[in-house]
Amino acid sequence: MAKDMLVQDLKAWYGTQQILKNINLKIEKNSVTAIIGPSGCGKSTFIRCLNRMHEVTPGARVEGKVWFDGINLYDPDVDPVQIRKRVGMVFQKPNPFPTMSIFENVAAGLRLNGFKDKKRIPEIVERSLRMAALWDEVKDRLHESGMSLSGGQQQRLCIARSLAVEPEILLMDEPASALDPIATGHIEELIVELKDKVTIAIVTHNMQQAARIADYTAFFLHGELVEYNQTEKIFTSPDDKRTEDYLSGRFG
Amino acid sequence: MNSMYTDIRIRKVKNVAMHLLMVILTLIAVTPLISIVGYIAIKGYRVINWEFLTSLPAPPTMDGGGIGPAIVGTVKLVGLASLMGIPTGILTAIYLNEYGKSGAFASSVRFVIDVLIGTPSIVVGIAAFLFVVRPMGHFSLFAGSVALAIMIAPIVARATEEILRLVPDTLREASYALGVPKWRTIVSVVIPYATKGIVTGLMLGVARIAGETAPLIMTAFGSQFWNKSIFEPTSSLPKLIYSYSTTPYQNWIDKAWGAALVLIFMVLMLNIIARVLTRGKYSRLG
Repeated sequence: MAKDMLVQDLKAWYGTQQILKNINLKIEKNSVTAIIGPSGCGKSTFIRCLNRMHEVTPGARVEGKVWFDGINLYDPDVDPVQIRKRVGMVFQKPNPFPTMSIFENVAAGLRLNGFKDKKRIPEIVERSLRMAALWDEVKDRLHESGMSLSGGQQQRLCIARSLAVEPEILLMDEPASALDPIATGHIEELIVELKDKVTIAIVTHNMQQAARIADYTAFFLHGELVEYNQTEKIFTSPDDKRTEDYLSGRFG
Repeated sequence: MNSMYTDIRIRKVKNVAMHLLMVILTLIAVTPLISIVGYIAIKGYRVINWEFLTSLPAPPTMDGGGIGPAIVGTVKLVGLASLMGIPTGILTAIYLNEYGKSGAFASSVRFVIDVLIGTPSIVVGIAAFLFVVRPMGHFSLFAGSVALAIMIAPIVARATEEILRLVPDTLREASYALGVPKWRTIVSVVIPYATKGIVTGLMLGVARIAGETAPLIMTAFGSQFWNKSIFEPTSSLPKLIYSYSTTPYQNWIDKAWGAALVLIFMVLMLNIIARVLTRGKYSRLG
């Protein structure tokens, strides 16, 4: 089941450098929310805060609240490991596990978490690969290395791997930026299809991509959320001058 | 135009010269290795037969006899030392790279490891003598393996840590993002990726301790008989080579050559077996 997420007064640091300043934002369920902004504006850091991945980096620190399914992710009693099962993440560079086959890659989230019902694993792997629109291309070579796939296929494999643990929210950090236009097109179609089942937040430096796939768009600049609204509104009549300047290519 | 031609000509000459230099230096570097192995093979192969490999030693001027107890002793010593030292070394490396990182404690441990790697083996032997042989009251195979374990653990820790550092963080993050706990990520993602490299480190360590003589003189001591218990002294190949080669008896000197060949062969076989076993389809490093 897809869920929404409410971000309240979120601040993040790397060492002494503050990356995010007081972010307030609601990510609507069963929708695609795009995070756009120039390099270094904190957009990747922002989504890394939504599944508690930011703190994995040494020296990184977060303050504020992120509400998800009635709990605050940053409550001291919340286990980040449990959060990451429910809030999945796809990274900029495809990163399949090189020591595992295609099948094992998709099954990894289940097996490494001690999934009991082993008989269901093949069925879940197939369903996840179908959802990631990769099944037809790999069904005859499930036991080959994940690294034998093309870049675009590897990224869809990583998406399938995330989907296999049935996250309620899927965070994507520029998932198509390392891919060619055709592979990018596949990923974009996939994202639009997936939002029926899972809420998606996607970081992108590609404004056209945000316009094509996102229902909502948030524009970040220097660690601040400048503007957040329905994508159409942001792209046609932004409220903030800076948003307009960025979208019209005056900087960034 | 002209200057461009001379430029490329000079660069080509330089390129060939440097290339040649590297080949020559490489040859110089491998010459001692090849000549040592070759010389030992030539001097040693004549004495090797079934009796030599399986029998008790014979007195200096008598024919026959062998190095059976020394071979078994070395296998037991290295095996027991590996059993103690390798897990210690690998766990230390995992701690340093995955948990301790650049903290003060981890940095001090790294420093101690470096010191330990550089410690002369005779000093390790003295330590094992003081801490194991003296309290137990006698020399033993166990004391010998403790000395060798102290030597192999830091080598393994250092080599393994270097390999773990090469495992990309993107893989760890991919695993965390699936809700996999850190320990499970290390066991199922990081270690499999690094297996080949870790095994290379282990082999270096095993090869190093298999040939150690000095610490064994003070711990395992030596014996003319089969070793029946790890709490009794034992013969070993390096110690036997040392003892035999420093006597005036020609047949013992010949046997020392034979024993040296056996030792080299054992280390080589171990290396090959480890390579074959870890030839895994997808392992990356090493």
